[in-house]
Amino acid sequence: MSDYRAPVSDMLFAITHLAGLERINRLPGFEEATPDLVEAVLDEAAQLANEVVAPVNEIGDREGTRVEDGKVVVPDEFKTVYRQFTAGGWAGISQSSDIGGMGLPYLVGLAVEEMWQSASLAWSLCPLLTQGAARAIEEHGSDALKALMLNKMIAGEWTGTMNLTEPQAGSDLAAIRSTAVADGDGYRITGQKIFITWGDHEMTDNIIHLVLARLVDAPPGVRGLSLFAVPKRLIGTDGALGERNEVWPVSVEHKLGIHGSPTCVLSFDNAFGYLVGEPNSGLACMFTMMNHARLGVGLEGVAIAERAYQQALGYARDRVQGQKPGGKSGVAIIEHPDVRRMLMHMKAHIEAMRGLAYTAGAHLDYAHHSPDAASRDRERARLELLTPVVKGWCTETAQSLASIGLQVHGGMGYVEETGAAQHLRDARITTIYEGTTGIQANDLIGRKILRDGGQALRDLIGDIQATVDGLDAADERLTAIRDALQTGVGELTAAAQWLAEHFADDADTPGAVAFNFLMLMGTVCGGWQMARAAAVAAGQIDAGAGDRSFCAAKIVTARFFAEQVLPLAGAYRAAIVTGAGTTMALDDEQF
Amino acid sequence: MEKIMVCLKRVVDYNVRIRVKPDQSGVVTEGVKMSINPFDEIALEEALRLREQGKATEVLVVTIGSADCQQQLRTGLAMGADRAVLIESDHDVEPLAAARILLKMIEKENPDLALLGKQAIDDDCNQTAQMLAALWDRPQATFASKLEVNDGSLRVTREVDAGLEVIDVDLPAVVSSDLRLNEPRYVKLPDIMKAKKKSIETIAIDSFGVDTTPAFAVTEYAAPPVRGKGIMVDDVAGLVDALKEKGFSL
Repeated sequence: MSDYRAPVSDMLFAITHLAGLERINRLPGFEEATPDLVEAVLDEAAQLANEVVAPVNEIGDREGTRVEDGKVVVPDEFKTVYRQFTAGGWAGISQSSDIGGMGLPYLVGLAVEEMWQSASLAWSLCPLLTQGAARAIEEHGSDALKALMLNKMIAGEWTGTMNLTEPQAGSDLAAIRSTAVADGDGYRITGQKIFITWGDHEMTDNIIHLVLARLVDAPPGVRGLSLFAVPKRLIGTDGALGERNEVWPVSVEHKLGIHGSPTCVLSFDNAFGYLVGEPNSGLACMFTMMNHARLGVGLEGVAIAERAYQQALGYARDRVQGQKPGGKSGVAIIEHPDVRRMLMHMKAHIEAMRGLAYTAGAHLDYAHHSPDAASRDRERARLELLTPVVKGWCTETAQSLASIGLQVHGGMGYVEETGAAQHLRDARITTIYEGTTGIQANDLIGRKILRDGGQALRDLIGDIQATVDGLDAADERLTAIRDALQTGVGELTAAAQWLAEHFADDADTPGAVAFNFLMLMGTVCGGWQMARAAAVAAGQIDAGAGDRSFCAAKIVTARFFAEQVLPLAGAYRAAIVTGAGTTMALDDEQF
Repeated sequence: MEKIMVCLKRVVDYNVRIRVKPDQSGVVTEGVKMSINPFDEIALEEALRLREQGKATEVLVVTIGSADCQQQLRTGLAMGADRAVLIESDHDVEPLAAARILLKMIEKENPDLALLGKQAIDDDCNQTAQMLAALWDRPQATFASKLEVNDGSLRVTREVDAGLEVIDVDLPAVVSSDLRLNEPRYVKLPDIMKAKKKSIETIAIDSFGVDTTPAFAVTEYAAPPVRGKGIMVDDVAGLVDALKEKGFSL
């Protein structure tokens, strides 16, 4: 088992200097989110995450969950932590204060969310899904439905789930078969859903399941899906809880990781439900949740990598083994260059990923709260462009980082009791749920780049170039960073140009290059955030402000990223411009 | 009890690895996380519990220091203190001067109990509470690990070298908290937001007419010497020889 210490300094740095808290603080509705308040919020959340949530992570992994007498049993410690979390008022941190939330920017909620995820990814999924479900009801539900359940969900007194997947309908939601039949004020839902995260538990009195199903006579495909809110226990018009609804956990999956999170098969047998939004517009309603959820899962990549890094760092400091060239024997392995390389690789990627994820979170705040429509549209376009990059790149990178974290431990890392293996297993789901990396990459190429003729991407490239031009060419601390980012943004520009000219060459071209394009964008955007961070850190050192040691480390870390990670951009570009070529050249039989 | 006055000190957070400034004039505090001294936080927690049990009606938090100390007072308010006072000073205040200032605050506020941490984790002086009790001419109970309120008095369990000592002190009194008195609560998010809106009273330290000029001059700060490598000895005789060689004798 390992300790967790929330990296509040780096979080505050990213919030303040990369995501631009002061600008968000000036937006209408966020007047209370002053820097001193945000710091206090992060400090207190960190205490709860470090001391209360983090210790249960390993218990959840070891004990797992099970179905007993039609109920899902989760570790008792999870329930205790959940109570403390809701009693502390943390559940609705970035929900609007009109509906019982705390009204803080999404950006602040994101940093706090990272702490819960690092502390215990399996546990954190329950509040994450609850707030996602609450957002969908807030945006699409009728006033009566909101009055019935929204406050309870935002306070975390009831939890929420997302029910999309069926055995024959995974990434392809058009194949959904669950049905809904009108009945009085509501509907009767029948069908079976799988992979329902936190689909059942006894931590709260009630659970609101958001379910995609087909109305009778609905058109085929995704345009025939409607969204329903199905409570675990029926709710009277006065809000009192009544009988058990006909939605039952059939089983929980035995999984590679996140053992503490019950992944349920749920059976709906004529269960009573409420329609959310218009009939046949279920997918659009669900996407409200999914955009938030995709950023949230991208953040999970950051969070799990951070936990793996802290564990590896602790071990590297303690473990004495071997000698330094030149004779000094009995050194901690952190002194060996190859261990350093691994730790720097982790540290540099984590800081870049955090910078990118938080910046995307800030665009979400601007997109919702900017006073004029033109800037809201611009911010929304940037948010939508970055969302698949944050989700895809941060979670793919987290796989290698969690693996490197284990590698630092040598043989002890492969032993479960050490705790490094849990992070690797827990990380593995993040490239799969909320849309696989392939789905993210196709979303990026198709909806976010080709659909607007590459405009949002050109704007992004323009902003990255502006950062390069703004880096002081005479400042030797920044030279290598400037050069590498210039090269990186050149590779991105070249790849974008190739895509614009060749995407129609072959129907398979966009799909065949999509993954490499996503990784190219993540790499360059990560390098961009590190360059911005280095410029701020250099400025702070010159002004005698801030923590000098932190700022000096930030510049070195940014240089490491520039010198050892950004060159990958060239490799991704080289792969992209081969198009579908060899990827699709073999016949099926030749495999 | 009507009122409890809790005295807080802003210190470098206990998780921070302390670094000495290059010119050895002090320890680095720029950009370093600062917190309420942990023993003071325990004192505040105890005061809040007494109020929640109906044994006190008001909890006042007081600190002496720079304007930055507002951050720690806000934390105190978020934990549940009713009021906060910052006695603003632009220089470090030594324990005796702090006790004299706090006495002035006591004369102004008339608390039934002054609760302090037993010592601050920066200079580890462990003096202010004792000096305050002497100046105030009231009973003191230091190193408290348990507190019971009786009619007009307190029964305090103290952690002493020999074990535990239980004493009764008449109120008003000064109590200093030890580590095991309680475990401070986790601050709730809504309370952090509410604390931001509460006002903090600021008093200039000079207005009390107390001379707070430091009596001690610090010549230099230095990091502890790095521990050398140990040696293995073959037997007890070898150990005795090695100790003698280092200048230890029985």
